[in-house]
Amino acid sequence: MKCRRCRGPAVIEVRRHNAGFCRDCFLHHCREQVRKTIEDFDMLQPGDRVLIAVSGGKDSLALWDILRDLGHDVDGLYLGLGIDDYSDESGNYARAYADARGAKLVKVDLPTDLGFDIPTGSRVARRAPCSACGLSKRHLFNQAAVDNGYDVVATGHNLDDEAAVLFGNVLRWSTDYLGRQLPVLPAGNGFVRKVKPLVRLGERETAAYCVLAGIDYQVEECPMAAGNRHLGYKDALNAIEDQSPGSKHAFYFGFLEKASPLFTPEAAREQENLQRCAQCGTPTTGEVCAFCRLAERARR
Amino acid sequence: MKIVLRNPRRELDMAGPMRVHALLERLEINREAVLVIRGDTLVTGDAQLSDDDEVEIRPVVSGGVA
Ligand code: SF4
Ligand SMILES: [Zn+2]
Ligand SMILES: [Zn+2]
Repeated sequence: MKCRRCRGPAVIEVRRHNAGFCRDCFLHHCREQVRKTIEDFDMLQPGDRVLIAVSGGKDSLALWDILRDLGHDVDGLYLGLGIDDYSDESGNYARAYADARGAKLVKVDLPTDLGFDIPTGSRVARRAPCSACGLSKRHLFNQAAVDNGYDVVATGHNLDDEAAVLFGNVLRWSTDYLGRQLPVLPAGNGFVRKVKPLVRLGERETAAYCVLAGIDYQVEECPMAAGNRHLGYKDALNAIEDQSPGSKHAFYFGFLEKASPLFTPEAAREQENLQRCAQCGTPTTGEVCAFCRLAERARR
Repeated sequence: MKIVLRNPRRELDMAGPMRVHALLERLEINREAVLVIRGDTLVTGDAQLSDDDEVEIRPVVSGGVA
């Protein structure tokens, strides 16, 4: 197989684009996809200070590397989740990347800084681990960005993540979630802007980016992910993709273009009714926000 | 050929030569869900693996969506 761009020998095939790429042209392809995403969705403005949620996995490290290459002002925030060896190890990958590239990495550790870990939080709040984890991440990343003067939080959600979440939201017709499933959520009401610049790249591409760019990342899975229903959705979507390359892209981008506007007004109305959390000031529907309630019960 | 699989890590021995897509088909692995790594680079589905090659089949599907 030959590289589509330079006709040299290819090292990776991307069937969705009906193309093979050599190393250099593939790295270029990934940067271009991200540049186009940022431009199309108006994600970043010149001078924006960007805080990226770094987990030590392939997506966030690829995102960090690409945003740096594209010349954005971006620092990393690593959140220690207190999930046994998995968390220690993921933190090491994040640290190693930052040290090797001279990038700035801030670390917040849930057990030491907030007094609880995800397994405990999930148990006491009777939430699935990924739900307790997601809630904590969203809260703490926003908080860190607000406290330290960042304009934007960028996350490594890729096309596969977004297609799997969309699949789940459509299966249940969760119209409130559908109304907020956007690659950019504007700032306002105590939240900084949130962007997902990797939505044009599949996770096979972000992993390939890391391998070819010489970035070591955590290949092992989080032990709490087992049984997560999104894994089942991803399997199903990959089975479809194998038969019909481009399906995931068509599903997600078709949704953004044709269906998302049907659901956004309802979600926007809900946002307007938010008040401030009595404990931390974050916008919430109740008196105390879900994160503060979780943290309080987990610390007991 | 020595085949290294991950999550959990385990090793297989298979007779080469064989093309990468034939290997994945034999192991019933969806090519959309993995990368095949030989040395410090990736190989495409049409690449021929020889009997003394060592390759890693690395899953790329992450579980958590948060
Ligand atoms: S798999 Fe779930 S619990 Fe583990 S890090 Fe991801 S979101 Fe958190
Ligand atoms: Zn090339
Ligand atoms: Zn709160």
